[in-house]
This record gives sequence, structure tokens and C-alpha cells, in this order.
Amino acid sequence: MTTHVGERVSRVDGRAKVTGKARYAAEHAAPDLVHGFVIGSAVARGTITRIDASQALALPGVLQVFTHENAPRLARGDKRWRDELAPPGSPFRPLQDAEIRWSGQPIALVVADSLELARHAASLVRVEVAPAPHETDLEAHRERAYKPPPHERPSVTPPSRGSADKAFARAPVRVQAEYRVPVEHHNPMEPFATTVVVDEDGTLTVYDKTQGVQNVQSYLTTIFGAEAGEIRVLAPFVGGAFGSGLRPQYQVVLAVLAARQLQRSVRVALTRQQMFTIGHRPTTWQRLSLAATRDGALAAAIHEAVAETSRFEDYSETVVDWTGLMYRCDNVRFAHEVVALDLFTPMDMRAPGAMWGVYALECAMDELAVALAVDPLELRLINYAEHDGNEKRPYSSKELRACYHQAAERFGWSQRDPEPRSMRDGDLLVGWGMATGAWESTQRKASARAVLTADGRLAVASATEDIGTGTYTAMTQIAADALGLPLERVTFKLGDSALASAPVEGGSFTVASVGSAVDAVCRELRSKLLKLAQQLEGSPLARLRPEDVEFIGGLLRARADPSRALTFAEVLHRAGIDHLADEVTTRPSKAHEKYSRYTHSAAFAEVKVDPELGTIRVTRVVTAIAGGRVINPKTAESQVIGSVVWGIGAALQEHSVIDHALGRFITHNLADYHVPVHADVPDIEVILVEERDEIVNALGAKGLGEIGVVAVAPAIANAVWHATGKRIRELPITLDKLL
Amino acid sequence: MNDGNYNDACSRITLRVNGAAKQLDVSPWTTLLDALREQLHLTGTKKGCDHGQCGACTVLVDGRRSNSCLSLAIMRDGAEVTTIEGLAEGQALHPLQQAFIDHDAFQCGYCTPGQICSAVGLIREGRARTPDEIRELMSGNICRCGAYPQIVAAIEQAMGHEEGR
Repeated sequence: MTTHVGERVSRVDGRAKVTGKARYAAEHAAPDLVHGFVIGSAVARGTITRIDASQALALPGVLQVFTHENAPRLARGDKRWRDELAPPGSPFRPLQDAEIRWSGQPIALVVADSLELARHAASLVRVEVAPAPHETDLEAHRERAYKPPPHERPSVTPPSRGSADKAFARAPVRVQAEYRVPVEHHNPMEPFATTVVVDEDGTLTVYDKTQGVQNVQSYLTTIFGAEAGEIRVLAPFVGGAFGSGLRPQYQVVLAVLAARQLQRSVRVALTRQQMFTIGHRPTTWQRLSLAATRDGALAAAIHEAVAETSRFEDYSETVVDWTGLMYRCDNVRFAHEVVALDLFTPMDMRAPGAMWGVYALECAMDELAVALAVDPLELRLINYAEHDGNEKRPYSSKELRACYHQAAERFGWSQRDPEPRSMRDGDLLVGWGMATGAWESTQRKASARAVLTADGRLAVASATEDIGTGTYTAMTQIAADALGLPLERVTFKLGDSALASAPVEGGSFTVASVGSAVDAVCRELRSKLLKLAQQLEGSPLARLRPEDVEFIGGLLRARADPSRALTFAEVLHRAGIDHLADEVTTRPSKAHEKYSRYTHSAAFAEVKVDPELGTIRVTRVVTAIAGGRVINPKTAESQVIGSVVWGIGAALQEHSVIDHALGRFITHNLADYHVPVHADVPDIEVILVEERDEIVNALGAKGLGEIGVVAVAPAIANAVWHATGKRIRELPITLDKLL
Repeated sequence: MNDGNYNDACSRITLRVNGAAKQLDVSPWTTLLDALREQLHLTGTKKGCDHGQCGACTVLVDGRRSNSCLSLAIMRDGAEVTTIEGLAEGQALHPLQQAFIDHDAFQCGYCTPGQICSAVGLIREGRARTPDEIRELMSGNICRCGAYPQIVAAIEQAMGHEEGR
């Protein structure tokens, strides 16, 4: 029997993407479309005292300059501005008051009949501001740290256990170190953009760059007080997002505001510079204190973190929990606090929290291994956690040992000389480092609708997204297998708020959530189809049990006798109906409460460092991932390779530098904010470890979007230590820090 | 600048785009990228940074790869421009387009047209012979999804195809 799940299927949307036919948010045409250009604040804090748009408005072709003075007053109250993922606090409301909360905050939207004119007119708008003192430096204001109110799951830092401080003081081997990490910006290749098409009946079709069409749709409907059905949000293609599209961005509000006021179709696209005025991964200070017995068993672990949030929302991440989860230890203390700064609210960025928390933990583990004179991999195995120590419950599955063994063997870890500066390639210092990763595996409530038509074709739909993750392809595979159809007879539709409900596309939970719904609805159609087939007069399948009938190539067929078969089309035709349809909603099972559900990884990295120049190159990465059942190894490997590239960026390059005098990011372009390019990326080897898990969901898939990134930066940082003997505890590790 | 006549400052130019002559009225400050996207609705060419820093807007101008955000349309009057929409011949994909699908050399797809056009130019330049040379000479095209190893593999496949001709 042909199956597609588990096969290396090429992306079903590949052709659209390589021919330029895939249209992204700013690429949808509309008659009489006008363009909006955003004006951002030049100061970080203050009050707008005057806006003079007269020069801009005098230009022929400029339609309006929207400011807080003339924009309509939208919904009142914080609650109505809170989108599905808003942290506690008071969400930003564009053009609703004169207050400036961060540098780059949108303070006006110029609308004109061409992009160039709108951009030029924006330069003519005069803004007067009464500035107020701002604070953007986390380190300088750590004394203002406070415990943030709970966000979403995992909502609160788990309770500390045992007596970590006493155990730390008594232990024979101890390491304690502070780790610093910068602000990072997501920088998807597609800048945020919205095209609002005003339809003849006044309804708005909103093409938006988002990871959640339904989140944006309900947000817009609420803040604009729109009628149900007045606003529809579409995002058939999204040019990367990495978390930046989880919450509605300000340009979608501005575009809809302008379209409603002008009754014209409007496009608003952010510039790359403006992409640094939206959410970011927060800078975070951490201190790790690890202690062990002489044989390497962890005696105490203390993980303290202070991260930034904005003045108006309490954003927080799961930073410290990993230390109590990833290794066996009876004495653990956690402390996680935030400092409110005059910056925009941080937002989830690929593996939020784990990215920084596991980085610090895994570097500290490397330091502990050195202090113990134990191999770093051996130290992890000595302290291997068979149970989740935070939640005191078993894992649904955990093939981390297989990850360690397979990746170490492929990498050749046993050949490592533990002495730093001991391995060379000509004049270059060679360093080998490793680290562990973990990420949560969750399932959310999701729905899918499926329609099987008389021509034997299956159309499945759900309001999820494909931000490059391969959702179109994975869902097509799952649906095809559930009904035994070839891939080319199945279509999957997504990115439309009018489709069956789905959560935002994030948290590595799309396959687990939407995939489960797709699988369930197709199985429902399968039962219905069989029932219909068995009711037909003289049915060759009459009285067979469901398990004795196979669905293959668009046929229902008796397993014992392939000559007893009916095509789907025959069944529908003879039953006198032209289609079969159903919608199914799936939810996490009760078993979830009894188990901790995580994906795991091990990463091994090689760096070569020029001792004279301090230049660092990553020359090899091997990573093994245990993420449950893999729907499509081809796209899954791509996800992991991309994650490794992100880890290289975090370790060596990415840094949104703030000029604290100005209170703004000054590396606000792709020449100053360095991301890995072709020449920075070596061969990357991905091992997808076999892992069976019958608890996480019916598919056994645990999610692969984020786990690949978690272990990479610490593995590289540890490799840099091994190459140079220098422990750089501040990311990114740039040559100035090595010299 | 004479602000009162902002819209009157247009010039008529001709571009041969994907083999067809196109007459356009462009402002002196209209970039080739915006002319392609906004006037000709050839949105396969992407805007990633508008500063020549990401390569998403790469097209072929008179056969050479070029960041279309860095040239003004008016400077390209009379030029032959090939965009991603002009690479396939009917239903038959260009070997690089097929190789990108085969190697899963993209995820979100936004940098892909620029990567492919850049690779067409690279192969034509004939300077890259090894994977390291491909990496170096493709470094003007950023892929934030991080599909670099697959892109290099796809280009190697297409180079083999060219040589096999």
C-alpha cells in the first residue's frame, strides 16, 4: 500500500515558489490601490505636541496623513485590544494618543496614490515632541526587576526544590558564571505588509503577513467594532516569520484604518529599518550556579534570569525552567524577573526562552565538565533525567540517549582531546563542543474540514499557516494517507480566516494540532464512505468489517479479495450524491496531564579560530533530533538545517545594538545586523532519531520547528572555548571578545 | 525638488522584460524593483531590504545578475530584464527551478526568486567551480530560513546539467 507519511515528498507549493507565482501580503492587486507610508517616532519617550502635515497634504496625489489627532477613536479598554497571544498589560494602540513609548513607534501614516509619493510626503511631515527621559539599558536598571505576572503555559516558573543554596555551598565541585545575551530581531525576508482590498459591498479582504489569520481577524473585528463577516484575513503565503507574526503588527491596524476612512484599497509595507521597531527577542542576564559531587552527579543547580519587557506589557519567557528539567537534580532554585524598559514589547522568537536559558545552562555544564575533568558528553549521561523533575512525572517519550550516541559517533567525538588549544588545522585552532537541547511538544484544539467530490478528489482546509514550515505538504500527505489517495488528488487550503478554526502557526504545534484534525476528519470521511458503499445494492463490500477493507488509490477494496472493489466515484454516484463533507475538531487527550511532553536534541559543532585575527568559522555541525514521528523527512531536515543556521547566527553574529543615549536600535539594517550568509554556513548533518510516542497525539508527531535551534549556540560557544581556552560568556562571540 | 509637480516628472522608458517590450512611465526616483512590482505586477521579484543588502530583488539585466532595488528604472531604459517569471519555458521549469524543488532549497520562498536569478547569473559567469566558490559568490543572497546547504546542492545539480548539455 502506498503511503506518503514518512516519505521525502517535495513541497506541493514548490512550483508556485520557484516560478514567482506565490503571492505574499504586499503583492495582491486591487483597483485604485493607494499606498501608506509609516512615520515612526525619532525619540524613545515623550509626548507629541504638534504635527504639521500641511506640506505633505499640499502635494497632488497625497490623500491623507493620519495621526492621533484625526484618526478615529477605536475600541476602549485594554481587554478589547488584547489579541490571542497578548501578555498581561495594556497593548499598544496605534494613533490613539499623543504618547510615545518607544523609538520608532508609528505616529502617522501618509497615504498617497504611489509608494514613492507617500514616502516623499512622509519626509515633509513636521513632528514636535516634548521628550521625556528614557531607559533602555537592562544592565543599568536591573535593580528595578520584578516578578512578572503569569503569561500563557508554562505560565509560572516551577517551584524550587530541595535546598539549592546550602547544597551548592557544601558541594566539592562548583561553577558559577554570568551569561549575557543581546536583543535579536527576527528579520524574516519578507517585511511586514498588509494589502486591504475594499470590496464593492464594503467588506474588507485583508492580505496580511501573519502566523494567525484568525487571531488577526478577531483582533481587527474587535478594535474596529466591525460587523461579523465584515473583515476577512488571508495569508496564503508568508515570507518567514519565526514568531514575529504571532501577534497582529501595527501596520495591519494602520492599513485597515486608512481603508475604512478613505473607502479605498490600501497597502502598507514596512521598510527593513521599520522591521526593527516591532517585537524582538529580549536581552537577558543570567547566572548559573552548578555544583556536583566528585563523580559528577549534580548536587545543586541555581538558575537566575533577568530579562527585559516593555513599560506597557509584561512579556516573559520560559528561561530558567530548563535547568530543573533537563538533568536529574534534587536541589534546584529558580529566579526569573523582568525589567520594564522604553522599548517595544519583546515577542516570541524561535524557541523563546529555551534559546537563552539552555544556552546558559549548557555552557555552565561545559564549565562544570572542565572543573570535574569529565568529558562533557559523559557529564550529561551521568545526570540524564529519566523523569521530569519539575513536574514530577514521566516523559511521554525521550530518545535523547540515542541522539547523543548517534550524533557523537557521526561527529567522531571520541577523538576529541579534552585539552583546550590542543587540536590544530595548520595555523588554525580547532575546537569541538557539544550541547543538549529540549523544547516542548504541545497540541492545541484545531479543526479541519474535508470534502470528497464525485471526481474522486479530496479538498481539505484549516485556517492555519505555512510560514515556510511545510504545512501545505505535510497536511496533504496526512490527508492522502487517511483516505488512500495519491497526493495529486488531494489539495490542502490554509491561510484564510473563513476556514475551519486553527491556532496560530507557532510553538512547533501545527502538525500535532492541525495534523491531528486533518487526520481525524479524513478518517471520518473514510467511515462514511465505507458505510455508503456497504449500503449499495449488491455491494461487493457488504458485511465486511472496516479492518477488512482497504482504501488504496481511490478504491475501497476487500483485503482478502482485491476483485471486490469500488472506486470512490462509483460509491458517490451509485449513492446519488455528489460529495461527502465533514468537519472535525480535535483536542489534546487526557493522557497529556500524566506525562511531560518534550522534544530533545544533541548538537556537536566544530569551529576553527585564527589565533592571530580572532576570526571564528563554524566548519561542521552534526545534530540529532528526537521529535517523534516525522511526517516528511525532506522538509523536516530543512527545518533543522535552518535552525542550525539560526544557532550559528546567535552564537557568532546576531546583535541588535541599542544606542542608549538615543534609546534606539542602531543596527537597523541587514548590513549592520548580521545574519548568516552562504559563506558562513558549512555542511550540516541532521539525524532524525527514531522515536515512538503514542501519548502526544494520534500521529505521534512532536513538532520540529524549534528544537533544532536550542543546542546549537551553546555547542558553538563550548567549541570556541575548546579551541582557544577562552570562555566568552556574552553572545555573540565576535573576534573583539577573543583578542 | 519641485513638490508641486511631483507626479509630472515622469519619463517614458522601454524595458524588454522576459522577452516582451514594455513601455513604462516612471518617475526619476522609481527603482527598477518598484517598476517591476508595482507597474508590471511582476511580484516574483521581492523587496527584502530596498538597500542592496539581501539580494531578494535580484534579476538579470542584460544577462547579468543585479539588485533591482539599487537601480533606478530610468537608468535601464532599453535594457533586457529577466525576472523569475521569465525563466521557465512554458510548463518546463528552468533546471535551477527544478533543482531547487528537488533539494528543498527554500522554505518560505521569499528569497527564492532572487537566489535562482542570482544562481543563473553565477553559472553564466563561470567563476564558481567548487561548493566553497558557490558559497562565496552567492553570499549576496540572504536566506533567513537557512536553506543554504540545499541551495548550494541545487546549484551544483544545475551546473552539472549545464555541463552535460
